[in-house]
Amino acid sequence: MNTTQGVTVRVENCAKTFADGTRALDPVTLDVARGETLVFLGPSGCGKTTMLRIIAGLEKPDSGGRVLFNAQDVTRIPIERRNVGMVFQSYALFPNMNVAQNIAYSLALRGAGKAERDSRVAELVALTGIEGLENRNIDQLSGGQRQRVALARAVAMRPSVLLLDEPLTALDAALRERLRGELDRLLRTLGITTIYVTHDQSEAMTLGDRIVVMRKGAIAQVGSPRDIYFKPASRFVAEFIGAANIIDAVSDNGVLVLPGGRLAVDKTGHGQVAAMIRPESIGIISPEAAFLVGRVASVSFTGDRQRLVVDGASDKPLIVDASNTLAVKIGDTVGLTVAPSAIQFLQGA
Amino acid sequence: MSTAALQEPWAKSDNPAAPIPVHQKMSRDDLIMRIALCVLAAWLVIAVLLPLGALLIKSFEGPDGGFVGVSNFALFFANPSLTQSISNSLSIAIVSTVICVLLSFVFAYGLMRTCMPGRGIFKLISQVPLLAPSLLPAISLVYLFGNQGFAKSMMLGQSIYGPIGIGIGEVFWTFPHALIIMITALSTSDARLYEAASALKASAWRTFWTVTIPGARYGLISATFVVFTLVVTDFGVPKVIGGQFNVLATDIYKQVIGQQNFRMGAVVGLLLLLPAVFSFAVDQWVQRKQSAAMSSRAVAYEPKPDAFVDTAFLVICGLIAAAILTVIFTALFASLATLWPYNLTPSFKNYDFDNMDGGGWQSFFNSLRMAGFTAVFGTAIIFSGAYLMEKTKGFGAGRFVFQFLALLPLAVPGIVLGLGYIFFFNSPANPFNFIYGTTTILVVCSIAHFYSVAHLTAVTALKQIDQEIETVSSSLRVPFYRTFFLVTLPVSLPAVLDIAMYLFVNALTTVSAVVFIYSPQTTLASIAVLNMDDAGDVAPAAAMAMTIFFAATAVRVVYTGLVRGVLGRTQAWRHR
Repeated sequence: MNTTQGVTVRVENCAKTFADGTRALDPVTLDVARGETLVFLGPSGCGKTTMLRIIAGLEKPDSGGRVLFNAQDVTRIPIERRNVGMVFQSYALFPNMNVAQNIAYSLALRGAGKAERDSRVAELVALTGIEGLENRNIDQLSGGQRQRVALARAVAMRPSVLLLDEPLTALDAALRERLRGELDRLLRTLGITTIYVTHDQSEAMTLGDRIVVMRKGAIAQVGSPRDIYFKPASRFVAEFIGAANIIDAVSDNGVLVLPGGRLAVDKTGHGQVAAMIRPESIGIISPEAAFLVGRVASVSFTGDRQRLVVDGASDKPLIVDASNTLAVKIGDTVGLTVAPSAIQFLQGA
Repeated sequence: MSTAALQEPWAKSDNPAAPIPVHQKMSRDDLIMRIALCVLAAWLVIAVLLPLGALLIKSFEGPDGGFVGVSNFALFFANPSLTQSISNSLSIAIVSTVICVLLSFVFAYGLMRTCMPGRGIFKLISQVPLLAPSLLPAISLVYLFGNQGFAKSMMLGQSIYGPIGIGIGEVFWTFPHALIIMITALSTSDARLYEAASALKASAWRTFWTVTIPGARYGLISATFVVFTLVVTDFGVPKVIGGQFNVLATDIYKQVIGQQNFRMGAVVGLLLLLPAVFSFAVDQWVQRKQSAAMSSRAVAYEPKPDAFVDTAFLVICGLIAAAILTVIFTALFASLATLWPYNLTPSFKNYDFDNMDGGGWQSFFNSLRMAGFTAVFGTAIIFSGAYLMEKTKGFGAGRFVFQFLALLPLAVPGIVLGLGYIFFFNSPANPFNFIYGTTTILVVCSIAHFYSVAHLTAVTALKQIDQEIETVSSSLRVPFYRTFFLVTLPVSLPAVLDIAMYLFVNALTTVSAVVFIYSPQTTLASIAVLNMDDAGDVAPAAAMAMTIFFAATAVRVVYTGLVRGVLGRTQAWRHR
């Protein structure tokens, strides 16, 4: 059933002010392509869930805001008539029904005959990889299985848009990581336009065709996972996604002048800048050969790599992810090298 | 960023006034739910608010029906025998409350904080008084300590008819109410505080006053006000054993039934509303404080065996339990004795109700029917109302008004509500006048009288269910009533049964709410107890009270069986 289902979604000038005057969302305009998975990512209280609820029809945007599915204005239409599938963090499975009954819940009402229902349930059970659990009660399922039942139930009616609100957050870390991959495969198979809310950046990276990073009710950046990671638009995005060294220094005609030496950058002109360098972009070389040197202040071995903190090179200690085979110890003087293209200049705060 | 037209994200709206949200078309579900909520609110207005209004108006009416200001109140306060009732009511309530709260605290402490044996059976016995009308303990006390009582010598020459009898009867009758509150208060204690106290080498006595009592203080306050209100507004105990000692609740009865002075009855009714409303306000305050006081990280306190403490509490709780059982068994023996105290041969002569005043066995069957209707319709109305109040989207004002109406009966004593029913429903101008004198008005009054507690039970149960279930259902385009019947109701079955049981037992045992509105065709068992006792047929009154007790017990047993059996299977998911 790898057919691209779903609609394009357009959020136009949608803001949300609650009755008590709290501004949950500044005006947002955003397009989601048909079949795309768009992830809203941000810390709690950033407005990402409000955004999802506006798209679902559970919250009304402030006047002037519009939500369009396939260019058709659905702003005034309640959730019952928007044809959206929803999965919540709690899953909200019906505790008194078994797996098959949960999945078929909406089908019975649509005049589908028993045979049709059964075949649809079988199809969804196979798709979500929970064959054999049809007659289990909900309390007999693991967290990951519950999540899949919730997803199967949400897509049973072939919704135009699938809305997922932190669907993996209730699970433990190892399971979350495994399910991330499965969910990604599943969403691609379904091909439904999907809007996904999470505070977990790895989840956002794995699942999103594009990521919308949100902060304090506003969009901080929209882009592909690679864009967001390598070309963050602001200090906030840089620090929120992964580990980042943010260096405040003077850039002088293609050179960043630092306490421990210099770094070549592809930026001309003269002035104070904020430059972002990912820890894994910094190479360790012998100090004699380097233009930038520092002293190793700490080494933490994490198995797949070792994370160093290097003092004296920059205005603040640099975090460096080095190979797990590199022989280095505290107090060593090391040379540092960074490709000019890996140095990203940040704007704003 | 190919398809994203991104607006400058830091741009703030220029309009400082709070914007109005887009108007969304109301879904069919929303519309139905709002209408249904309004209908149920209207029902509460008719069943609670308007009768109270009628009572209020009556208290300001003159003999010719015109407005006379506060002159009825002036008349009341000018009558020394009536004002004497105020001080009588207050003093008896204060003494009963202090005794009852102390006993229930000790009993609850034994149940919750010691390892004394038999805690399960003690808890069971403590709930026995709930299964009988308040008339029953009073009748038992007459048999125990009355003029021909077999333990009369224990009274040391004092008479049981009067404040002493009322006090003992009220303590018996209000004990389970206070105990439930105390058990809750003592169960929400944090073991970590006790560990900290013992680490600091605090003595047991000091720990009790610095940890136990502060932890239970809201329960103590709440129980004090609940018991005080119950005593002030109870009518059954003083009616049977009060003798010449007049209290406000019996004054209403005498004014209305004895002297047909409805206006003075209304004045006394309004006075009785005061402690109830005050107690209600305190309870609301306590509930807010208490929920804030309990942290989710608290560790449950596990009592450790202590031979001395456990034995001491076993003795005290054993005495209290023995007293409760003595009262019940005295009524049972009295009802089975052929002619107390001269011929103690067991017989069912006193259960031959058809050959006595009071309506005979028919009044018992009327009671069962009335309690059954109250349980069935009451549960349906109350649970639906709670569901609609919790789940209707938006409509804040409507839901607020409904919540107010649903909690209002908690502040209205049964006898006051019953009196309001006379004024409201007996008026020929009232289109609902036709229900006057029927079983319907008894059912309506009973549902209204016991509405609040059942409503709160339903709300609590509904809040425990995942709030997103309704959201998911509406996104699946399933109408709300389908989800209500297929998911919410089955999942809430324990609470639904609990409500039905509560309504049934209370409707069966209540006297105060129905004493003004029964008719010769709809006499009830509890009323029969009252009337037979009034007529001097005390042994048959005891027999009828025991019949009520057995019926209520049977319902409780069936309920427990249902909960353990059927629910044990269907609600298995709860235990994970």
